[in-house]
Parts: sequence; C-alpha cells; structure tokens
Amino acid sequence: MASYLPPAVRRHLSALRMLLVLTVITGVLYPLAVTGVAQAAFHHQANGSVVTQNGMSVGSSLLGQSFDLPKKNPNNPDEAARPDPKFFQPRPSAGSYDPLASGASNLGPNSPDLVKAIDDRRAAVAAFDGVSPEDVPADALTASGSGLDPDISTAYAYEQVDRVAAARGLSPRQVHTLVADHVHGRDLGFLGEPRVNVLDLNRALNALSG
Amino acid sequence: MNDTLAGWLQITVLIAALALTYRPLGDYMARILTATRHLAVEKGLYRLGGVDAEADQQWGAYLRSVLAFSAVSVLFLYGFQRLQNHLLLSLGFAPVKPDQAFNTAASFVTNTNWQSYSGEVTMGHLVQMAGLAVQNFVSAAVGIAVVAALIRGFTRRRTDRVGNFWVDLTRIVVRLLVPMAFVFAIVLVAMGAVQNFHGIHEIGTLVGDKQSLTGGPVASQEAIKELGTNGGGFYNANAAHPFENPNGISNILEIYLLLVISFSLPRTFGKMVGDHRQGYAILAVMGLIWAASVALITVNELHSVSSTAGHSAGGMLEGKEQRFGIWASALFAASTTLTSTGAVNSFHDSFSPGGGGMTIFNMMLGEIAPGGTGSGLYGILILAVIAVFVAGLMVGRTPEYLGKKLGAREMKFASLYILATPAIVLIGTGAAMSLKGERAAMLNSGPHGFSEVLYAFTSAANNNGSAFAGIGVNTHWYNTALGLAMLFGRFLPMIFVLALAGSLARQQPVPVTAGTLPTHRPQFVGLLTGVIVIVVGLTYFPALALGPLAEGLH
Repeated sequence: MASYLPPAVRRHLSALRMLLVLTVITGVLYPLAVTGVAQAAFHHQANGSVVTQNGMSVGSSLLGQSFDLPKKNPNNPDEAARPDPKFFQPRPSAGSYDPLASGASNLGPNSPDLVKAIDDRRAAVAAFDGVSPEDVPADALTASGSGLDPDISTAYAYEQVDRVAAARGLSPRQVHTLVADHVHGRDLGFLGEPRVNVLDLNRALNALSG
Repeated sequence: MNDTLAGWLQITVLIAALALTYRPLGDYMARILTATRHLAVEKGLYRLGGVDAEADQQWGAYLRSVLAFSAVSVLFLYGFQRLQNHLLLSLGFAPVKPDQAFNTAASFVTNTNWQSYSGEVTMGHLVQMAGLAVQNFVSAAVGIAVVAALIRGFTRRRTDRVGNFWVDLTRIVVRLLVPMAFVFAIVLVAMGAVQNFHGIHEIGTLVGDKQSLTGGPVASQEAIKELGTNGGGFYNANAAHPFENPNGISNILEIYLLLVISFSLPRTFGKMVGDHRQGYAILAVMGLIWAASVALITVNELHSVSSTAGHSAGGMLEGKEQRFGIWASALFAASTTLTSTGAVNSFHDSFSPGGGGMTIFNMMLGEIAPGGTGSGLYGILILAVIAVFVAGLMVGRTPEYLGKKLGAREMKFASLYILATPAIVLIGTGAAMSLKGERAAMLNSGPHGFSEVLYAFTSAANNNGSAFAGIGVNTHWYNTALGLAMLFGRFLPMIFVLALAGSLARQQPVPVTAGTLPTHRPQFVGLLTGVIVIVVGLTYFPALALGPLAEGLH
C-alpha cells in the first residue's frame, strides 16, 4: 500500500480490498457452489417443484394458485374472479395468488376492514359451498402470510366436499375418500399443522372424473 | 396428535437441539477467536486485502477498522443497487431509487435487513447474492468481532490492545459462517427452497391460466439470513414464502439457525473468561426471557386475546400460513424479534394486540435474549455491568465484574449505550407522528397505526428489520429517517462497547474478596433479569401505553 497516503485513506482502501475479497468468497463462490450441488442433487426442488401433466406445467406444488372460472371478458381487469365450483378452493390471498406480489394484508387485529372482509367471506363461502356460516373454518376466512399458501386445513377441505361432488356429478363419499387420501399430517408427526395441498387434490380430482 | 402436544413437542425439540449445540459451537467459536495460527487460505486473504494480520489493535484502531469497513460497505452496496441495470442477472430491473438504495444499503450493513422494497420485483439476482447476501455474512461477523473485543477487555490486563478486527472478521466468515451456511442451504433446497438463476418466467396453472415464477439463489441467502440473524427475505413475503420456507421441518430449522449462534456465544464468553459458570448465568437470563416471550405470544394468539377479527374468524390465522399454524408462527415471531433477525414466517401486524405488542417489547429489550450474532451478547454484558453497578450502590462498594472495577469512566460508556437506542426510537417516532404526511402513511388508524410507526423505529434502531408492514415506508422521509436510525442504532452502541473494552483491558484485575458480588449464581440471574425488564419498561412505557396497551384495553 502506498505509504505516502494519509492513514485514513489507506485504511479505507484496505477496507475496500477486504470487502471485495470477502465478496468473491461469500457472494460468488458460495452461491455458485450451493447452486451447483442443488442443481445436481435436487434438480426438482431447486427449480421450484414444478408439477407437469402431459408435458405441460400445471403449477408448483409449493405455490398456491387460483381455481377460477374463465373471465367473461379477458380484457377487463376489474371483473371480479368467480371461483370454479368443480375445484377445491384455496385460502383468500392478499395478492390474488400472483407470485410477483407475495405478502399479507397487514390489517390489524381490530381493523374494521378486516372484520368486514371476514364477515363477507363467511357469507360468500357458506353460500358457495351450501353450508351454514358457522361451519366455515378460520383458514377459509383469513388471508395467508405469503399470499401463496398452497394448503388449506383438513376442515376446509371436507367442508367443500359436497359442493365439489355435486358440480362434478360424483358421489360425496368418493370425494370424501379422495380428500382423506390427500391429508398431509404434521411434518415428522409434530411439526406445523396438518393440511391438504390444493393443487394435488384438484389434480387427483381431475384424474378421478376424467 | 393434538395441537397442544404437538406445539409443546416442537418447542422441546428446538430447546434440545440448541442445548446440544451449546458446548461444541461455543467452544469452537472461542477457539476461532483465540487461535494464534492462521489458516493458509486466510493468509492469502490478508495478503489480497492488504491488511496486517499480526497487529494487535488499540480499541480506537479496532473501532476505526469497523467503521471503515462498514462505510465502504454502505457505499459499495449503494453503488451496486444504483447501477444494477448495467450488470449481469439484473432481470431487467431499473436502478433502485437513491433514497431506497441508501435505506437498503444502511439496512444490510447494519445487520438490520429492513426492507422498504419488494425483493421479487426490485432486486436482480447479482445484487441479491453478491451485494445483499455478502452483508448477511460480514455484518454478522462484525457483531461477533466486536463482542470478542469486549470479552478481551475483561480477560486482558494492563494492555491497550483488544485484538485484530480483520483477523476476527475473516476467521468468523471463513471458519464459521460459510461452512455452516453451505450445509444448511443444501438441506433447505432438499426440502423445497429454490436455488437457480432463472428470471421471471411463466408457467401454466391447472385451470389454464398463467402464473409468473421468480427463481434465484434463494436457499443460499436463506441459510445465512437466519444464521447471521439478518432476516432480509429474497421475496417480499420473507420466510412465509413457500420457496423460502417450504414446510414444518424447514421452519423449525430456520428458527434453530437464527438462535443458535447467539445462544452459544455465552459459552464462548465463559470459555474465554475462564469460568463457564459466568456463561451459564448469562444463558439463563437469555433463556428465561425467551421462554416467557414465547409463552406470552403463543397464549395471546391461541386465544385471540382482544382481537375482534380473530374472534370473528374463529382463530388468529390472518397473515399466517396453514402449514405452520399458530404455534410455529408464535415461536418464530418471538425468536425473530428477540434476536436481531426480523425474518418473519407470519405477519406481525395482524397478530393480537398482546402478541404484536410483545414483538415490539422484545425488540425494545435491546435484542439480548439471545440477540443478534455478537450484538446480543455485548448488549446483555452491558446490562450486566449496569446490574452489578446497581447492586454495588445498594451495598455501598465499588462494583466490579469479572475482576474489573466499574468506575465512572466505565459506567459512562455503559449508560450511553443504554440511552442511545431509546433516544433514536422515541425521537424518530415522535418526529413521524408530528408530520402530517408521515402519519397518513399508516394503513390502520388509531392506536394500531401508532404501533406501526413505533414498530418501524424500534425495529430500525435495534437493527431488527421486521415490520408491522401496514405502513407505507417507501417514501423519501421514511427511507432517510429509518436509514439514519439503523446506522446510529448500530454504530453508536458499538463505539461505546469498544471504548468500554479498551478501558477494561487497561486495568489490573482486583482479587475476589468476601465482599465481591458473585455473578454466576441464581441471585445474579434474578437481578439481571429484573434490571433488564425495569430499565426497558420505564424507558418505553409511555410509548407502549399509546400503542399496543391502548389497543389491548380497547
């Protein structure tokens, strides 16, 4: 280091060199090494756990998606989405299941807007599924943290059985069994909550009704 | 298995894992910080970096190295974001705006990781991995380096030297953080975290729509973001995003990672001062506060205490993921706000008043149970100094801690440390509330809106980085004010810590006598816990009364 520079300048130049050296290690070599191992050993997971059907991707098993009817006018962004009764429906999402808008509603625990949204959803889900309002479980009424929650509770899955069966001309018993087969217990038996992956369930449903 | 049993089991397994790591990791860190030999690769790095690895620095020189490294880091990160459109892997994103780039640079260099931007639509892959994630490593290492200097202040005698910052920094990165992060990053990928260099690309959905996925080097950043108590998410939804935190196992692993270094550092402390009981006493205080906080948040969330929305929905699930549920979300929330992490797997803004209020209180405690990597331990050691001083006043003798006298000079530094952060929090919150436009940025009205602003400044000044996100903070004012709060909240305390280290190192230890206050017994654990809660409680009570308390009583 040039010794004619003032000590403060030398110190900062030295700091910059150390930062660059550490950047090479932690910011280039480290992520590249992780990517190399990940792509070689866990190709499916490292690339987003994308599920394909007949060679076409139908979504990621880790990300929630909407199961809505086609829009009447595809060019109208304000047209309200209508859930498709033939599919199990996911939780409400603050970002409408757009992965570029992940996040939560951030409404407070006593927010009048949130209370109203919950009441509206309760009425809508009860009418849509043909159940009494008090039977709608909490996860069907609340937006998730990520806005991309791929799962619903077992209670919400069973609550939708009759409506799905009627829309598809299947017996409720058949659909009930299908849900039971898709209940994912707590991880390792005690971590997190039991759940049903909505995409997996709906794919199985498609396979069942052809 | 029912909810309660599963919830308890989850907590028990986490504690067991931390307990098993305590000794080996704590001892290993002590060896890193005291070893006399350099690894070959480290020697190469010192040569490339042009630093003298053999110099033992005075506290002032150590501090100047910390500040020089951090200043250069802020400028580098600022420039990186401003120029990202000219770089590889920019994904076509525009340069980050000046105020937001300053805020983000300050945020990552100070180990805060406050984010006024949404990762998936703002930052290119290169900025994320070679800019932001680098600071995840080095800012964590800076914290550990500073506490190492403080511990040397206690262990050394009649010297003005407290160690070599460049050596501490490099060793912590090379021998501790990189190897651990690498292993855990791979584990996270195995569970579903993504790790690639894809840009935004469309995939089909089952009903024939399109969904845009963003890839990126996520798992590599996730591992160090938790391990280094940084907390900045690759995606806007942070660790609630399934690509960052795919299932219940990754979730408990991430909680473990964000706690493990800070909970093991008391062992390092005990080892370096030559008395493991001193480490256990500090660990006990950290553990007590952590356990109480986990319990309070969990109970408030499970019973929807004072939440109209929670009662109306039949459960506090707004802002929480189904795969985690309430128990795992509360455990994460307590741990992330008691360390300086600030990553979230659920959104604290929608927590019950008591649960959300606890997350604010956790940060106000100064993040010392167990706190950020290094910063948690130096924070609690300063409070231990205060506790010893208080006890000394009661019996009327000059207080001493670990054989070092706590005279006027030492107490001045400790007091300044304690005053710095609250001053930043309360002045910042007060300023925001006195400005009409800044008040209007609150998404919620009334006491909850006030809590959002209080949370923002508490989070920034304590270098946490989590948010009651219902507040529009991407404005010139908030980006600048919170950026300054983070810088002052990080470096003012560090100045006082290093000054204290220098002043302690100079002393000749006094022998232990019958009148010396033992600092390894349950009595001291109780005293220290009491001092922490009372000092913080009295400082922040008025502000808390206007926010979460008013809301809870509403």
